Amino acid sequence: MAAPVKVYGPPFSTAVARVMVTLLEKDVPFQLLPVNMAKGEHKKPDYLKIQPFGQVPAFQDEGVTIFESRAISRYVCDKYANQGNRGLFGTNPLEKASIDQWLEAEGQNFNPPSSILVFQLTFAPRMKIKQDENLIKQNEAKLASVLDVYDRRLNESRYLAGDDFTLADLSHLPNAQYLNGTDVGELFRTRKNVERWWGEVSNRESWKKVLEMQSPPAPKKA
Amino acid sequence: MVVKVYGATYAACPQRVMACLFELGFQFDLIKIDLQSGEQKQPQNLLRQPFGQVPSIEDGDFKLFESRAIIRYYAGKSASQGGTNLLGETLEERALVEQWMEVEVNNYNPLIYTMVLQLVVLPQQGQVGDMELVKDCKGKLEKVLDVYEERLSKSKYLGGERFTIADLTHLPNTRFLMEEGGMEDLIKRRKNLHNWWLDISSRPSWLKVMDLPK
Repeated sequence: MAAPVKVYGPPFSTAVARVMVTLLEKDVPFQLLPVNMAKGEHKKPDYLKIQPFGQVPAFQDEGVTIFESRAISRYVCDKYANQGNRGLFGTNPLEKASIDQWLEAEGQNFNPPSSILVFQLTFAPRMKIKQDENLIKQNEAKLASVLDVYDRRLNESRYLAGDDFTLADLSHLPNAQYLNGTDVGELFRTRKNVERWWGEVSNRESWKKVLEMQSPPAPKKA
Repeated sequence: MVVKVYGATYAACPQRVMACLFELGFQFDLIKIDLQSGEQKQPQNLLRQPFGQVPSIEDGDFKLFESRAIIRYYAGKSASQGGTNLLGETLEERALVEQWMEVEVNNYNPLIYTMVLQLVVLPQQGQVGDMELVKDCKGKLEKVLDVYEERLSKSKYLGGERFTIADLTHLPNTRFLMEEGGMEDLIKRRKNLHNWWLDISSRPSWLKVMDLPK
């Protein structure tokens, strides 16, 4: 029987990856249903029924349909609180508040410049779109300031919200992974605490599984 | 215990927190941070908010920043104490509340913020705003608002039939769009969206925020 949880979107999408790593952390089996964005599938009427903004991912779980990767991740932690990584969203209101604070910091401060850089440096070349050098410079500077704050924070605590890996750290994985495959990775490597943190979070089993899902399988030999 | 809110009465993110605290009946003191002189970037505020932004709160020893994290915390506190529930009652309702909160962050706020920056803030600083960028953002926002209109044709509020933080979180930036942004027609032209706006912006909690001295 197919898993009841369905994630719609291509595995290379940062937002899709965010949802997949959450499901893996919580031991929730799921089906990934690909959406061919190159062919504009995400803008077609059938897809717009489940994600009216024409973005990925969309998500279904036993009759509940949700979109927005961070909302989906929160829902997964809410519904599956007692399985998998139980501390992922904290075990009391104060822990949860600290996680929410750093989740918001990710969404408001880290995500905007890092998303632009991921597009410019990783996807634009693949799509044969000309890179915007000014935009890259501006956003590298913004990201550097954000990582300075992170470096100071991670000097005081092992992970962003405290001593344990949480949804706040997880939310950074997709963008940071792409950036660490480019020259912008220097910004992570030249900040001691950020480098240490990145080494730990990116080595989690759940994230390694997502990376496998993002790489196409090697062609089978005859 | 009276919550200390660090911010300014006229800034969107502190307004989000204050509206929520009024809605839930949690008393607070606003401690003014002078945004015009850049006080938010001074060392003392950086201890409260390391990104140099407002608001932040202090509730006894408990400290928190990011307006949307703050409203989730107090909404959770109120709901768990049997008070007003602004989070949603069922798992599905809570999911829809979170969904529309994220839509505001990713699809709504960035467009409005960019337009208000070009139309109001830069001119105030003696710079010329980028009108092409405003036109581009406005076009995108029209499409976004069409999705809201469709949603609000199916339910009274964004999360369902009850007012929640998903609606509340939209108050400050929608007001900016309509007033300083001069684009009230974007809202008024869409029947359900307009009715929703009239409803949420006439709530006593929002009127109290609007009445606070600038």
